[in-house]
Amino acid sequence: MKEFKGRPVVAGEATAEALVSHGGFNTLASFQKSLMFGDKKATCSDQNNPDLYGKPMFGTALCLPQTIGSTTGGMVLYCAAALGKQPACMLFSKSIDSLAAAGAVLSAVWTDVSMPVVDGLGDDFLDYVQTGMQITVKPDGTVLVG
Amino acid sequence: MTKMVLTPDQQAILDGEKGETLAKVMKTLVMYGEIFGAERMVPVTSRNGHLVTSFGLGVMKPVYALMDQLIEAGALSGQPFSVDPRPLDKNVPANFLQNIFFKVMYSKQADYEQQLQKLGLIQDDAFTCACYLDEVGNQPQKGEYLSWAESSAVVYANSVLGARCNRNSGILELFGSIVGFVPCFGLLTDEGRKASWIVEIRTTKVPEAQVLGSAIGMKVMEDVPYIRGLSEFLGTELNDEVKAYLKDMGAATASNGAVGLYHVDKLTPEAVEQGELLILENAQVYVIDDAELERVKANYPCIWKDPDAEPKLCFVGCPHLTLQQLIDWTHAVVDGLRAAGRTKVCIPTVFTTAPAVQKAFEALPEAEMLKNAGVILSYICPLMYMNNPLCGKMPVITNSNKLRTYTSSRYYTNDEILARITKGAN
Repeated sequence: MKEFKGRPVVAGEATAEALVSHGGFNTLASFQKSLMFGDKKATCSDQNNPDLYGKPMFGTALCLPQTIGSTTGGMVLYCAAALGKQPACMLFSKSIDSLAAAGAVLSAVWTDVSMPVVDGLGDDFLDYVQTGMQITVKPDGTVLVG
Repeated sequence: MTKMVLTPDQQAILDGEKGETLAKVMKTLVMYGEIFGAERMVPVTSRNGHLVTSFGLGVMKPVYALMDQLIEAGALSGQPFSVDPRPLDKNVPANFLQNIFFKVMYSKQADYEQQLQKLGLIQDDAFTCACYLDEVGNQPQKGEYLSWAESSAVVYANSVLGARCNRNSGILELFGSIVGFVPCFGLLTDEGRKASWIVEIRTTKVPEAQVLGSAIGMKVMEDVPYIRGLSEFLGTELNDEVKAYLKDMGAATASNGAVGLYHVDKLTPEAVEQGELLILENAQVYVIDDAELERVKANYPCIWKDPDAEPKLCFVGCPHLTLQQLIDWTHAVVDGLRAAGRTKVCIPTVFTTAPAVQKAFEALPEAEMLKNAGVILSYICPLMYMNNPLCGKMPVITNSNKLRTYTSSRYYTNDEILARITKGAN
């Protein structure tokens, strides 16, 4: 087991299997189809993301560098959370971007969902973690992998 | 995390003295700002806001519920706002099944537009991504603080107009307009507007705006670039043609990367005033020559099922075209058709622009010329059209690098698009 330390953007606890995106995570493209068609597993619909395309995102520890894409991103993440299709937690190797931060805060303030968000985990984190690994997140931003 | 210092009025809102809903709005903004180290709020000083969410997707029920909550609590926008383009226009070609899908997909459109009107929409047809165009009139002044979303509008407002706005998300931009304050960080600060990249343009001719923007965006991502060598081609005057070029280039920087501000040496307002003082020490350098632009363009994936399929539709105008761009495109199409011995375009083609620009254009002789050439003029958002899965499966071509990035459409340069729609050339 390896330990990484980041900044708790939205503090909380979670245990889930990792789902790793090495490229930027396009929030709108990823959630679009699952939101439109009521897919409870939130299957990723971003064809430009070979790491995630076709994989369920609901309940996973989503590991990513940052989010990219439309400025609807934060709103889409909020919608996913309000509809119960959100990842168990979001773990950023870099500093969180403004769109993901908006989604994290909207979800925290306007829904009852607990979705811990940690950023600044470093490039080592994304190099090490692999899809399917067990992840534990602690309120202080500690992330245990494996 | 940094604790933000609020004024007594702001603190009172946060403490719930103006109701629970407004307190949650303020709490959201404070939490958001503190993530980025904001120490205070600054007042939104622009006359108008701009929202990114213009579409009434039936599945976004939580958004409509939140809007209702705001309206019921009287938490309305303190400034009238424009909104991104509408997702539907019956003039844009769609078959029976696609139309059924549109109806289901955007089933909340009418309801959502009513909510927007209650919240503070400037006027019934204030739906465009290019809200800053003269005909639309939502044009902030240099130095004003904005609470906008829509990546192409934000990067234009920051770079070409010298206003100050972060790359806000949908909903957050409305919250800023409701309380009249935004957290002060990033592109709202002098330090956040400094360039950590120098982009050297060393091409032999004026670079294609949409490819140049794409190259810059993919390289610098969310950083601020200072672009040298572009004014050698564009000149040093921000005239309509140059502003249209920067509009298209900026939209590509913002969608292919996450650029919120760029400076062009000797051209954009802050670069004219401060020159290379805007460049941070140890800024990285990115050289763009003809080969680099060709490399970038050649690497765009084609995700059509059949890469050799004949295009079924062409979109020009993402972001929305300016009036002069519409006029220029009209003459180019008419001349191209004449040279090819044709009277109508070979591929169903849609030019998109703001409703206010459309109105101005329709008063010109070019409107009839464009119609006779078979080109459809629309206020639609091509991206939202392509989001219909049945439309997304069609082979669609475009001169927009933003549309290419977010959809299955295939990018071609302006000249290539012109050749394809007038000559059918491959």
